[in-house]
Amino acid sequence: MTSRLTIPDNTQAPPAERHGNVGHLERVLRSGQFAVTAELAPPDSADPRDVHARAQLFAGHVDAMNATDGSGANCHMSSVAMCALLAREGHETVMQISCRDRNRIAIQGDVLGASALGIRNLLCLTGDGVQVGDHPEAKPVFDLDSLSLLEIVAGLRDKHAFASGRSLTSAPQVFLGAAANPFAPPFAFRPHRLAKKIAAGAQFIQTQYCFDLPRFQDFMHRARDLGLVEKCFILPGVGPLASARTAEWMRRHVPGVHIPDEVIERLKGAKNQKAEGRDICIEMIQQLREIEGVSGVHIMAHRQEASVPEIIQRAGILGERMP
Amino acid sequence: MYSIRLWAARYARLLELTYRAVEPVIIKLQPLWKSVGYARAEKPVASLEQACKGLLFDCQMCGQCILSSTGMSCSMNCPKNLRNGPCGGVMQNGNCEVEPDKRCVWVEAWEGSQRMKDSDAIQVVQLPVDHRLQGTSSWLRVARQAAERRESLK
Repeated sequence: MTSRLTIPDNTQAPPAERHGNVGHLERVLRSGQFAVTAELAPPDSADPRDVHARAQLFAGHVDAMNATDGSGANCHMSSVAMCALLAREGHETVMQISCRDRNRIAIQGDVLGASALGIRNLLCLTGDGVQVGDHPEAKPVFDLDSLSLLEIVAGLRDKHAFASGRSLTSAPQVFLGAAANPFAPPFAFRPHRLAKKIAAGAQFIQTQYCFDLPRFQDFMHRARDLGLVEKCFILPGVGPLASARTAEWMRRHVPGVHIPDEVIERLKGAKNQKAEGRDICIEMIQQLREIEGVSGVHIMAHRQEASVPEIIQRAGILGERMP
Repeated sequence: MYSIRLWAARYARLLELTYRAVEPVIIKLQPLWKSVGYARAEKPVASLEQACKGLLFDCQMCGQCILSSTGMSCSMNCPKNLRNGPCGGVMQNGNCEVEPDKRCVWVEAWEGSQRMKDSDAIQVVQLPVDHRLQGTSSWLRVARQAAERRESLK
């Protein structure tokens, strides 16, 4: 039950013209400009006005907004509905798909529906385990993992066929993303796991929060050696920490988040911890931009969404550009 | 059982060599399987396989064994059933986010694979699990597929 996949030389470019209509995020990345994406939490609400109010904070400041799919295994409005509402208003979105809640039949149906609704970017994730969320009694599905999900969605797009082999009359036109976490063990495997994701179809990568620059530099060094940075766009994740206490809580409770002691010490020593958290985030963005193979950043400002425009502006990463 | 599972990943090289020795025997027994009939051989062989692999690897009998690609650490013991590598939630001490008192199956898999001759097998992209094969024998399937391949070459 294996397929020995090799990475084609031009994985980065399934040629742009093959997509009938290339999305904004893909265009920005392909043109070599520094891209900015930001995480948008879907509301606990059935009112579309709540979706639009949240998106308004980011509009004109980011190249795409990620709608999370039950992040942290908590129940919220679905990412497909959220993205569809935003696409209708002309916003660029990245729809996150997690393997936790649906099997391959449901997921493929959602991918076709998402593309039909004008959603251009998909981020394929395994998803958090149910035990960390608000419904720990739920049945976890995990019929697919993030890699087989990538491969199946790439098959829908490129082979015009379901995983079963049955053909589609019209293929979804999507730009495919995946996640990476360079900050969790086994560290030596992480770059190889990135290579597997690229082989399975990932065209762009968003990473877990980066607070440990040396660890990320090491990861990128290995990724460059494996020839991966030419084959996909890498957007490290960043975010402002609200206080030393929040940082300590995140480190303990959010799976996969690694915050070094120095960061927490620096926050503790600051008069205004919130402002210091933003400064740390801005410095991190500027340092990440200098790393060869970094194509943009992904900002996750949980409960601090309003600070995102200021962070982007002060980091000076857009230049004259107005997304 | 858990400590035997950890032992198996630590001795992945030895188990790999053992498997390499046993696999041709199972394939050579092809005439036996054929005369008994695969359907009739299935139950006793699956029971034997479950007993051996259950003891050594906490095998979940998915029916499509990839132990040789996962450093002899059974990936079906991952609470998320990941077959292609670790999730992003692995804790800094290398333990699982879902079962914090256990080592991540994929941390074991990576270390085990590095001890094996075919350490690159972990790079192979694994296809989604075929849930119809749950409970069936991988050994018999390998034997049958090898026989069919040989026959098609004739």
